[in-house]
Amino acid sequence: MTVLVEREQELLAAVRTIGREVAAVHADAVDRESRFPAETIAALREQRLLSCATPVELGGDGVSFETLAQCCLELGRHCAASAMVFAMHQIQLLSILRHYQPGSWFEQYLREQAEEQRLIASVTSEVGTGGDMGRSIAAVVDVDADTVRFEKQAPTVSYGRYADDLLTTLRRSETAEPGDQVMALTSQQQTELEQTGTWDVLGMRGTCSPGCIVRATFPRSQVMATTSFSRVASESMVPISHILWSHLWLGIAEDAFGRARAFVRASAKRSPGQPIPAALRLSHVMSELSMLRAEVESARASFVSASAQPGREELSTMAAALRFNNLKIAASEHAADICRGALDVCGIVGFKNDTPFSVGRHLRDSMSAALMIANDRIHNTNAGLLLIAKEI
Amino acid sequence: MNEKIRRAIGDHGRLGVDVATLADDADLYQAGMTSHASVNVMLALEDAFDIEFPDRMLTRTVFESVASIRAALTELQPSLAA
Repeated sequence: MTVLVEREQELLAAVRTIGREVAAVHADAVDRESRFPAETIAALREQRLLSCATPVELGGDGVSFETLAQCCLELGRHCAASAMVFAMHQIQLLSILRHYQPGSWFEQYLREQAEEQRLIASVTSEVGTGGDMGRSIAAVVDVDADTVRFEKQAPTVSYGRYADDLLTTLRRSETAEPGDQVMALTSQQQTELEQTGTWDVLGMRGTCSPGCIVRATFPRSQVMATTSFSRVASESMVPISHILWSHLWLGIAEDAFGRARAFVRASAKRSPGQPIPAALRLSHVMSELSMLRAEVESARASFVSASAQPGREELSTMAAALRFNNLKIAASEHAADICRGALDVCGIVGFKNDTPFSVGRHLRDSMSAALMIANDRIHNTNAGLLLIAKEI
Repeated sequence: MNEKIRRAIGDHGRLGVDVATLADDADLYQAGMTSHASVNVMLALEDAFDIEFPDRMLTRTVFESVASIRAALTELQPSLAA
């Protein structure tokens, strides 16, 4: 146990170093050129961080969910796009890890993923479903007894071109209902990505997420047919997404706050003893930051305790769905408010893109938070759940 | 009891098929019931049986078939089984 805890601390320290020495150095170029944060991902690979949460017996380091979330936060402080790629990869990996059948093709895949530090992207959204991840149009289509194929039109595929593997949600078969979904994992070699859109966006520019038509032909064993995707979604993919995203948004907000504080300190040093109006604003931003931190930490703690229960029953309840939906709404709004507040503190030097107090990138990146699964859509879901859920 | 359950599903489940063609243990979600529709089924069942489902029962598994719904209702109100 102690060995594991030491290893966790070591990996977390490695992430901090990568954040400071690699992600931060390239963050502006990644943002300006809207390019994949290749240097950060290479550094994470080198430290075997792409499998840090995989159990030791499958070749990973078995770090706790808390540590994994902390890694997202640390990267978020320095380069939000790097943090988002890392978080999304871990979301796909944990969705497999928490639901694969021992002895299945997926077990061998998990070993290979750790061994080769393969990067996983996802194809969950689909044109024509109105943004509802719980429904698919594209289906698993039989080619022959052992081979299947699919074609899916995705409005966005984050870092699809840079990933080694893609995790795609599909209808179980051509005759299955839209909500009867399964996950399939295909390698880049088995998959063709036809880019249908561009990715010139306001923030999170380095995630490189244009629309694509995704086509793949592959062995049937690569479909996780034994577990319905709805279960994976409610027990793992949705809560983990909201928690890991919130951690990286908190990282963005913390760094924006840090820059605002540095600005206030610099002002205080310049004119000792004089009142500093920005200091009062900074205090307001700090209040918001501590609320965001509390929300993120308590949601993480309740997810960890619910995951530890046998059968994870609590995670399938409506109360849990409401809990994590609310985290997503609150964290996405708070993070952007904090970045906006930091800009108010710093004024023109925060508005400029080339000062130590620049918060433009933070503000733009944080504004993506409300759109990733649009907050209005989540409110709509909550409104339905509130008709029947009792404890909230 | 099954009849009342099936009526609630038929009226509110928005299945892709007629509920009468489904076995008691058939998966309602695979038959096309969305989570949104399942909320309306739950409300209709609470009304029809004059009960309230506690939060621990508001899960996908409890509402996935006629049989699992019957089991939940019987647990809430043993007299219903009679």
